[in-house]
Amino acid sequence: MTRRVRIGFFLPALAGFAALLVWAYTGIPSFGDYQGPYGFVINRISTPLRHMDNAVNSTTYDIRGIDTMGEEFILFAAVIGVVLLLRDEEGRSEDVEDDTGSDVIRIFGTLAIGAAVLVGLWLVSFGFVTPGGGFQGGVAIASGALLLYLVAGYREWSAFGDETKLDPIKGIGGGGYVVIGLAALVSGMPFLHNFFSGGVTGSVWSGGSAGFVNWSAGIEVAAALVILFSEFLEKYIVPIAKSR
Amino acid sequence: MILATLVPLQGVALGLVALAAPAVVLSRDPLKMIVVNGLYGLSLVLLFVIYGAPDVGLSMLVVGTVAYPLVVLVAIARVRAREGGKDGEE
Repeated sequence: MTRRVRIGFFLPALAGFAALLVWAYTGIPSFGDYQGPYGFVINRISTPLRHMDNAVNSTTYDIRGIDTMGEEFILFAAVIGVVLLLRDEEGRSEDVEDDTGSDVIRIFGTLAIGAAVLVGLWLVSFGFVTPGGGFQGGVAIASGALLLYLVAGYREWSAFGDETKLDPIKGIGGGGYVVIGLAALVSGMPFLHNFFSGGVTGSVWSGGSAGFVNWSAGIEVAAALVILFSEFLEKYIVPIAKSR
Repeated sequence: MILATLVPLQGVALGLVALAAPAVVLSRDPLKMIVVNGLYGLSLVLLFVIYGAPDVGLSMLVVGTVAYPLVVLVAIARVRAREGGKDGEE
């Protein structure tokens, strides 16, 4: 297929796509023109009923907590899938020599580790006050762990990225979510009901029991991402470092 | 409800996204593409924050700066190592 023929196919397709796109865009409601009832309901009840300022997280970790549990187990299952595919029985490599790179990377990387972990902890802790929450905070904490490999090299990383320690942490995060839900059930309330929603609005304790749900999600996400990175590293990067 | 002062900022954010998106497509070297893609992600974060969705912005930030570059970098390292092995270089 020559270039001329390809362009001959491409331009009509592009024109058709552009026409459909413009047609679709002219039909969408204007910005802020929200019609659904739930947003208004949530906005009204989030602070008086749940003592949370961040309506997004009062939705994800409290009001529709069981949906979020499903989402969390998508990540859980996905990481287990990667582990099943990539993890072999040889265990971890011992004799990997990799240079850490320049001093600039070391200095700024070390600072960035602290910043990433701190921001991550803050995002999880104050998830019900300011934007943030378990997922974003968990990824930020995990990125600090990933930076450790960049800054300190494989040996230091290896002690931290140990899957025999990470797997239980991930399990505790995922299982903790379910346990908190069951705790509400045992107390005679609906599954994942916020059973001590007496937190002080605007404080780190404003979540009630949803705060623990938030933390378990944060732990699970952080551990899951570090496991993911660890598996990629062992399978794809360590063989490269060894062959040098 | 949008504050009137935010309208010019919205234009700037939309413009940045419109500039950064083609830049990602047009960069041919995968390593450069990751960096440009990071800038594109940042422009999207700006857009989300200015349009009043800081939560979405945060999610975009962590996914765009951690999860996505990680996967792409691993893939690049893998491919480079294979090609290097063929040429007898590093």
